[in-house]
Amino acid sequence: MIELENVAYSYGGAELLSDISLKLAPGSFHFLTGPSGSGKTTLMKLCYGALLPTAGYVRIFDTDVRSLSRDDVAMLRRRVGVVHQDCQFLNHLSVNENIALPLNVSGRGAEAQGEDLGDLLNWVGLNERAKALPPELSGGERQRAALARAVIMSPDIVLADEPTGNVDWEMSQRLLHLLIELNRMGKTVLIATHDLSLIRATKSQVQARVLRIANRRIQLAGADL
Amino acid sequence: MRVLSGLTSVLLRAETQADRVVPPSGFTAQLTLFAAGAMAFLAVFALALSLASGRLAQQWGAELARTATIRIAAPLEQRQAQTDAALRILETTRGVDTARALSDEEQAALLAPWFGAELQLDELPVPRLIEVIETSEGMDAVGLRLRLAAEVPSAVLDDHSRWRAPLVKAASRLRMLGWASIILIGAVTAAMVTLAANAALAANAQVIAVLRLVGATDDYIARAFIRRFTLRALIGAAVGMVLGMIAVLFLPSGGDEAASFLTGLGFQGVHWLVPLMIPPLAAGVAFVATRLAARRTLEGLS
Repeated sequence: MIELENVAYSYGGAELLSDISLKLAPGSFHFLTGPSGSGKTTLMKLCYGALLPTAGYVRIFDTDVRSLSRDDVAMLRRRVGVVHQDCQFLNHLSVNENIALPLNVSGRGAEAQGEDLGDLLNWVGLNERAKALPPELSGGERQRAALARAVIMSPDIVLADEPTGNVDWEMSQRLLHLLIELNRMGKTVLIATHDLSLIRATKSQVQARVLRIANRRIQLAGADL
Repeated sequence: MRVLSGLTSVLLRAETQADRVVPPSGFTAQLTLFAAGAMAFLAVFALALSLASGRLAQQWGAELARTATIRIAAPLEQRQAQTDAALRILETTRGVDTARALSDEEQAALLAPWFGAELQLDELPVPRLIEVIETSEGMDAVGLRLRLAAEVPSAVLDDHSRWRAPLVKAASRLRMLGWASIILIGAVTAAMVTLAANAALAANAQVIAVLRLVGATDDYIARAFIRRFTLRALIGAAVGMVLGMIAVLFLPSGGDEAASFLTGLGFQGVHWLVPLMIPPLAAGVAFVATRLAARRTLEGLS
């Protein structure tokens, strides 16, 4: 689904990531971990075409990201659900309109009226908050709304960057459970987190692989956790 | 053509979700409306000026080119004889359609603005005027002048070209200035809409970023902005145009005969329909300006 080959990325000369090769197979569940500033978010951005690698190749759905036009990138993002670290919403639209935004921008606005949206809101437990505006939401509610928005297009891949960053343990368990459910439905899931206890808690429920970024490179860190 | 179809689809489509993704803006929207209205108001006047001076240039050119005047500045007792002699010459001159001597009353009327209505012409050595109307081929002024010099020494031929030429030139220049003003007004409208659109795009950078992240194409994002600015320009220009036309309508007008340039300023006949083009043109300018601004801004974002 997503394939990185000898990828390097540098911000203004200083190399943050180098020689990274990675393959996310369909239906796999990956964690991406590493210290703060190690390049987790950068790697995530490379995976959904928000950044282009300074060296090497990134292929998403077997297409080189360098060959994508701006419209191709837009189409790609409809197939990749992303939960951002700082989940941003359109503050003048209600929660349910924000969650349905991907449908609207892709010309499938009619589906936003259907029962599916209600089911989705139910699933993330935001039914009561559907009419609220994003600034009125708590941290956990924002994260869940972001997750709902990421999956409403039924994407093949869900990328979540610190989805449990601002929430308490119980809420992070709930969010994780939602992501595991998605994986069981066949979605490829990649979660970036620095929270090792979260990874440990997951391992019993799903076959997850852990990728760790250290010294600008990526390592498979399965056994030692 | 693409602009035209894009414009109509932008304007005819009802407000949709796509338009709501950009938060409503209050004050700046009114500024755009106001500026579009003011520009349309000015455009109406520039248009009135261009059309009126164009009309005048044509009128002066056509009427004056085909008339000439002969002045018989003879002593009173010879005046009638010389006038008759000149008229006889004119009868046999090629290119002269009609020629007639002005009556005392007509001459008094011409002089009335300067000397008052009670002027007794017979007491003054006022020269007799002969009005000559040429055929469409025109006459040979130099030849006529020579014949008059030989037979009616006191006759002076004035074919009006001396004062006609600068007037026609001035009128055409005025018309050109009017059109140049209209072009400038259009350009200023474009500049103003571009500035407003850039400001709106910059103010909504976060909205645009969110839309890009959830898979919106540039076209989709641009549409919301384009529709707003096109509508504002259209509505503002329509109001400005109506006010401008009302102002032109109530310009004081002189009678037909006395109509000078200033009182003739305004629209006549079908020319009243010309200002109706201003709002659609303003909308077109806003459409293109916003589209270019949006495209430029969006391509600069990731």
